[in-house]
Amino acid sequence: MAKLQGLLFGLATLVLVVVATAFFAKEWLPPLKSDRIAIDHGIAVTLLVTGLVFIATNLLLAFFAWRYQDAPGATAAYWHHNAKLEWIWTLVTAAIMFGFLFNALAMWGQLQKAPPADAMLVEVVGQQFAWNVRYPGKDGIFGRTDAKLVDPGNLNFIGLDKTDPNAADDVIMPQNQLYLPEGLPVRVRIRSLDVIHSFFLPNFRVKQDAMPGMAVETWFTPKVAGDYEIACAEHCGLGHYRMRGQLHVVKPDGFDAAVAAALE
Amino acid sequence: MAHAETHAAEAHGHADHAPQSFIWKYVFSKDHKVIGIQYYVTAMFMALIAGLLAMTIRLQLAWPEKTFPSLNFLTKGYTDGVMNPEFYAMLFTMHGTIMVFFVLSTAPVSGFGNMLIPLQVGARDMAFPFLNGLSFWTFLPGCIVILSSFFVGAGAAAGGWTSYPPLSALRSAVPGSEMGQTLWIIGMVFFIASFTMGGLNFVTTILNMRTKGLSMMRMPMTLWAMFLVAVLGLLSFPALTAASLMLLFDRHFGTSFFIPSGLVLSGQVVNHQGGSPLLWQHLFWFLGHPEVYILMLPALGFTSDIMVAFCRKPIFGYKAMVGAMLAISGLSFVVWGHHMFVSGMSPYLGMAFAVGTMLIAVPSAVKTFNWLATLWRSRIIFKTPMLWAMGVVSLFISGGLSGIWLGQTALDIHFHDTYFVVAHFHLIMAGAALFGVFGATAFWFPKMFGRMMNDTLGKIHFWFTFLAYYCTFFPMHYIGLAGHMRRIYDPYQYEFLKNLQPINQFITISAFILGASQILFFINYFWSAFRGEKATDNPWNAAGLEWTTPSPPGHGNWPGEIPEVHRWPFDYSVPGAEKDFVLQTDPAPIGDKAGSH
Repeated sequence: MAKLQGLLFGLATLVLVVVATAFFAKEWLPPLKSDRIAIDHGIAVTLLVTGLVFIATNLLLAFFAWRYQDAPGATAAYWHHNAKLEWIWTLVTAAIMFGFLFNALAMWGQLQKAPPADAMLVEVVGQQFAWNVRYPGKDGIFGRTDAKLVDPGNLNFIGLDKTDPNAADDVIMPQNQLYLPEGLPVRVRIRSLDVIHSFFLPNFRVKQDAMPGMAVETWFTPKVAGDYEIACAEHCGLGHYRMRGQLHVVKPDGFDAAVAAALE
Repeated sequence: MAHAETHAAEAHGHADHAPQSFIWKYVFSKDHKVIGIQYYVTAMFMALIAGLLAMTIRLQLAWPEKTFPSLNFLTKGYTDGVMNPEFYAMLFTMHGTIMVFFVLSTAPVSGFGNMLIPLQVGARDMAFPFLNGLSFWTFLPGCIVILSSFFVGAGAAAGGWTSYPPLSALRSAVPGSEMGQTLWIIGMVFFIASFTMGGLNFVTTILNMRTKGLSMMRMPMTLWAMFLVAVLGLLSFPALTAASLMLLFDRHFGTSFFIPSGLVLSGQVVNHQGGSPLLWQHLFWFLGHPEVYILMLPALGFTSDIMVAFCRKPIFGYKAMVGAMLAISGLSFVVWGHHMFVSGMSPYLGMAFAVGTMLIAVPSAVKTFNWLATLWRSRIIFKTPMLWAMGVVSLFISGGLSGIWLGQTALDIHFHDTYFVVAHFHLIMAGAALFGVFGATAFWFPKMFGRMMNDTLGKIHFWFTFLAYYCTFFPMHYIGLAGHMRRIYDPYQYEFLKNLQPINQFITISAFILGASQILFFINYFWSAFRGEKATDNPWNAAGLEWTTPSPPGHGNWPGEIPEVHRWPFDYSVPGAEKDFVLQTDPAPIGDKAGSH
């Protein structure tokens, strides 16, 4: 019985290693359609390193479970201290962690740095349970909004103050419709009208919470024209699961026409 | 440190005044062992409820398109066999809340902490027995309040176990959680009050009541874990108490701690201004992150103490293991922001929290390597407790490594709020804690009930649980990579998640097997408590101080004087010793540096 347990534990661990590795070899990430390839590289490197550690430590565990079982005549070593060994694995682990850390922070710095001056500006405002999209128009300035002016009946979901001169050329899209030009950097200004939402573009490696009371910007460059999904990643109420928007990346020369067609 | 003489005097006092009536002996008890079992059994009951909630979640995720008319008896949950979306939100909210606080903080810490601390430090009872009893009787109303929320008004809290405002602060933000969220807050305040009383007791007992000869550096790993957990709890829970009361005020008394200006909810302007939802997240995670170590550290302690007894070999790198626990505890206070990388908090702050997060991986790795070194050249006896200890090591590796993915700020952009996170914390925090509790139960059962648990049944339970646990939670990494969000009532509304339904069905079937296997544990626990084989005082030939007590220990724990300790509790296979273990109380000058640890 005891013999069986050690063997079983070793085997179960082996199977885990094999199956886990086989599945991690598949392509799970949604196909990348933005310039954020650094994230995918980071994931690949992390998978490689943690995968090797996973395999090595589990194989050791499996081997020990099988090899050091109690048997007639077996004895255990009275061995419980080795400062050199402790220092080696502490420092090696620390070195690997610092490697990851520096890489991650460099990547983070790249993603958070100021957007290019020519980046297009768009605003996305989450509400229960839809995304409101607004372009600032030719002046590049968003008109004032006021909670008191919110009027869903007249499709003024975000409370745009139409008396503000800057508001005159603001373009408010039908809800859940975001159009972006291919190949141009875009600044997305993310807000929320009510509770926390999270603006998630799985194909673009973009996720940013829409935090009530704050306007947070994130920027990226869509690379491939096509139709994609916008998801809400933060629990926002009973309709959270259906807070689904559509992102249409179009060729730059067809952008204005596409927006105009959507407004029809 | 108290001396044996004073203990002996105390012993007489206790022995004379051991309560005789049922109600003072087993209900309003001040005896640490009874209180420990009370906590444990309550946690078991709460686990049963929270487990059933999880099963219902899984049912929905696998087959949202099917109808289940047989579930219509859950009148708040199902209409014509279809689950209501708000019920789904209640399910995951309450599953998380109950499991984290009322099961996995309670069973290992309050349950085994109370059971074991006096036995392992060599004391007649906890430092403050009355406070200890009061702690349990504060905990129980918390459980009742939390559970009752399902039956009040439109149902239980539905804002997630993290209760992020404004969703949790605005009473109309989640239809149906009017009273539910308020009861959640009240239940939490009861829980925190109870945990604080327990924590004071733990710290005082461990610092002041250790028997003669038991220096800090001779303590078993379980004691170290309990000590650190109590400190973590005392330092971090007040933040949540404050936050919870502020949330209560926002909800009922018109304050705006967490609600900013200019909100519009369902077309109505919200009459609050000036608050910050980020403030809640900081306060919540200031508790929330130490809290996950409150769950995990006891399991890591149990694992070390169980492992040595079944390896017949001393713990490897004791000082490093203690150091690693201290480092984890310290660092746990400077990592909370890694739950908020994409919240809109300053990116610079995110960088600071990434540093702490990556650093905490180092002591965690040290623990794993030391366990492996303990196993090396040992003589493993595969009894049920050892299987669970091996399971903890396995889950700690699997769940720990994914932490390295999530701790990297930039990668977290994709993984935040996906099933990758769910996989991570179920393996490392929930899984390690749960397996630790199962191991500890089988190991210390003789000290609970004076009987042994059935080993064969225990092993069958382990194998079903171990395999089903991995089949349930490991595939969640893959769907997380694919972008599958958490807390989604019907994932297949999204085109990019449609092809993940078969994996979700596999996970659900595994979860059902996992859930059903726990019946074996309940049978084994209650059957063995009354009918199990009688245990000897030291059935595992273990070296720790608690094994010098009778099984079960009577009132006051040791019939005579409290023994003196002469060595650490890890002296197994000592060269020159008569047996393959040397009890902590054995004064013989053998072992490393003649037992001078």
